[in-house]
Amino acid sequence: MNTIIKTLLATLLMMTGISNIQAKTELVVVSWGGAYTKSQQKAYSEPFMKKNPGIQIINDDSSAEGAAKLRAQAEAGKVTWDVVDVLPDIAIALCDEGLALEINPDNDLAKGTDGSSAKDDFGDALISPCFIPEIVYSTTIGYRIDKVGSNVPTSIADVFDLKKFPGKRALEKSPVGNLEWALIADGVATNDVYTLLATEAGVKRAFKKLDSIKNKVIWWTKGAQPPQLLADGEVVMASAYNGRLFSAIVENKQPIAMMWDAQLFELDGYIIPTDAPHKKEALAYIKFATDTQRQADQAKYISYGPVRKSSAALVGKHAELGIDMAPHMPTAPANAKHILYKDINFWADYKDELAERFEAWLAKD
Amino acid sequence: MSRNKSTQLTTSDGVSLKHSLNKSLRRRKRNALLLVAPLFLFILISFLLPIFDMLIRSVDNSITAEILPNTVPILAKWDAKSGVLPEEAVFKAFINDAHIASKKKSINRLGKRLNYEKSGMSSLFRKTGRKLKRFNVEKLSSSYQSTLIKIDKKWADIATWQLLQRESRAYTPSYFLTAVDLENSPDGIQRKDEDSRIYINLFQRTLWLSFLITLLSLLLGYPIAYLLASLKTKTSNLLMILVLLPFWTSLLVRTSAWIVLLQKEGVINNLLVAIGFISNEARLEMIHNEIGTVIAMTHILLPFMILPLYSVMKTINPNYVRAARSLGASSFTAFRRIYFPNTIAGMGAGVILVFILAIGYYITPALVGGTSGTLISNFIAYHISQSLNWGLAAALGTLLLLLVLALYILYDKVVGIDNIKLG
Repeated sequence: MNTIIKTLLATLLMMTGISNIQAKTELVVVSWGGAYTKSQQKAYSEPFMKKNPGIQIINDDSSAEGAAKLRAQAEAGKVTWDVVDVLPDIAIALCDEGLALEINPDNDLAKGTDGSSAKDDFGDALISPCFIPEIVYSTTIGYRIDKVGSNVPTSIADVFDLKKFPGKRALEKSPVGNLEWALIADGVATNDVYTLLATEAGVKRAFKKLDSIKNKVIWWTKGAQPPQLLADGEVVMASAYNGRLFSAIVENKQPIAMMWDAQLFELDGYIIPTDAPHKKEALAYIKFATDTQRQADQAKYISYGPVRKSSAALVGKHAELGIDMAPHMPTAPANAKHILYKDINFWADYKDELAERFEAWLAKD
Repeated sequence: MSRNKSTQLTTSDGVSLKHSLNKSLRRRKRNALLLVAPLFLFILISFLLPIFDMLIRSVDNSITAEILPNTVPILAKWDAKSGVLPEEAVFKAFINDAHIASKKKSINRLGKRLNYEKSGMSSLFRKTGRKLKRFNVEKLSSSYQSTLIKIDKKWADIATWQLLQRESRAYTPSYFLTAVDLENSPDGIQRKDEDSRIYINLFQRTLWLSFLITLLSLLLGYPIAYLLASLKTKTSNLLMILVLLPFWTSLLVRTSAWIVLLQKEGVINNLLVAIGFISNEARLEMIHNEIGTVIAMTHILLPFMILPLYSVMKTINPNYVRAARSLGASSFTAFRRIYFPNTIAGMGAGVILVFILAIGYYITPALVGGTSGTLISNFIAYHISQSLNWGLAAALGTLLLLLVLALYILYDKVVGIDNIKLG
């Protein structure tokens, strides 16, 4: 009898213990996984939880299917996510569907440490009322130092030049970026690219330029592939996210170098689902995570640049390697001489059609 | 002698035996039904209903009438071939509907839907909604028509209104048309421009590669299964582990292993170059094309062929073949006339398993298929998770399902589905 009572008491105690843990608010933050999530955990989540002991952050690596899963959750009437890391075009789509919360930058986001308003500090990056910008990353070209010889590629046109740089290239299996680069390599001014791509002649011209290297291209679909293809020597040059190339070069010491010409600038950021279960905490989290200091802190762990202008001066050294991170940012002056800004609104209109044409083009011999 | 009432068989409590037998049979049937009821309900709720829901999406188009409730009925009366814009009443209804929809933030959903039909609709509706939100639609300074055209001149384009009228029906064939490379045009349904045709080609490729993969796994699996079934238990168990080990290994690991083996700077190419079989410049391209898909998928699906074959072969009495041999059959004749026909049931099961798995595979082709080795399921996955065009994904999925059902019926006619045995 005694043992039974003891066991019961112990169980009761354990249960109250468990319910104590559950009394913490669990904030589900969805992101991309890997080194990127790790950098967000270190720079945002850990200090946030220290400041707010009542909140426990749960990580979910579902951003790659973020929009589809969020839509399914909303249709089922049970949204379980509080903050979702997404690309701007997905943010716009979710905003269009009413699945993402509209925010007021000057109210919901922190002021810059230099005193500028959030609206000014983020500037053009506020591309949608639902999108809370976080980092700038770029898709750029990496090449094998040992395979290109002494004459290294210096412009995006070199990617399309099989005479100067023979061998295979890896490009993303998507019209985004490739069509723009094809036009720039064909002599179109960067500012005219999107106006031209909206016309049939422009699309034809871009595909014709891509035709010239088509049978020398390996098309990648996952961000981890191009650094691997470069490391294996499968290709001489590859388009890749600058953070991935940074890890391959600096952390894994591969014989790879970067060519920043016509780098495709893109943002990444957060949305809060309209029916997020902990809206208040989610708003507090994004306000904290996107303030000046936190944005600069993230660059200690990954080579993606902060969006805020006020953060640029605060970017320090890599947390483990101790190297200066500022020169590795896509926004560093030496790297940002020739930038192609991805036109989100153009792609919102033309992605469906051009993705179809791109696939049809790939399937043709 | 006819049987009268007094001679009828009864149970001890006087009920007719026939009646009581029927009763007990009924009870047993009911119990059996109750036993399978949970499974049936589970399948209905978690399998059949979601599939049905997905199939409905491939034709569902209720969104237009939902967002523009007052515009749709009067726009339907407009003659799309008249060559003139719809009358003022249509513009008025549209502005009112769109004004309400922009307040409810639902207008952009319609823009996204129509953008599948025509590029540019997405931004047209976003822009229109954004501007209309600020308007007082009761007091406009000019006519409704000129107000709307002032917002964007695309509203003066008859094609915009033709599209809106066409897509205002509750059900649309347009997803299915896209899925078979057709499109609506002012002159009726026609094939898409050659630069935009993809799906027919993909369906053909999916069928062809699945067929090839099934054939290869049969050719490779049959001797292995035979070996496993005819060796001593101790040896065959050891070999069985070699079959099962990759079966239990993660799909991604096995696919990545093939990348390491097959790529241009990979193990196989290095070996061939080292022994001087090929020159360093002429390394074989075995991955990021359909060869890669076929090799990796055949390997991954091989256990699904070997296991049913093995379990059927295990049950074949070795004395049959011995008897045939003793009656004078050559070893080949004994195999052809006695052993082989006995394995057909296992082959049937293996072939159907491998083929149906192959036709819906998407992770492996996405990783090793390059451009010539991707399958239709890769596009279904793309439209579900990336482009968010679930209607088109549903239409492609429906077509794939119908295709599999058609092949299943064909298979039933040719081989006979009753001849399948898993052991």
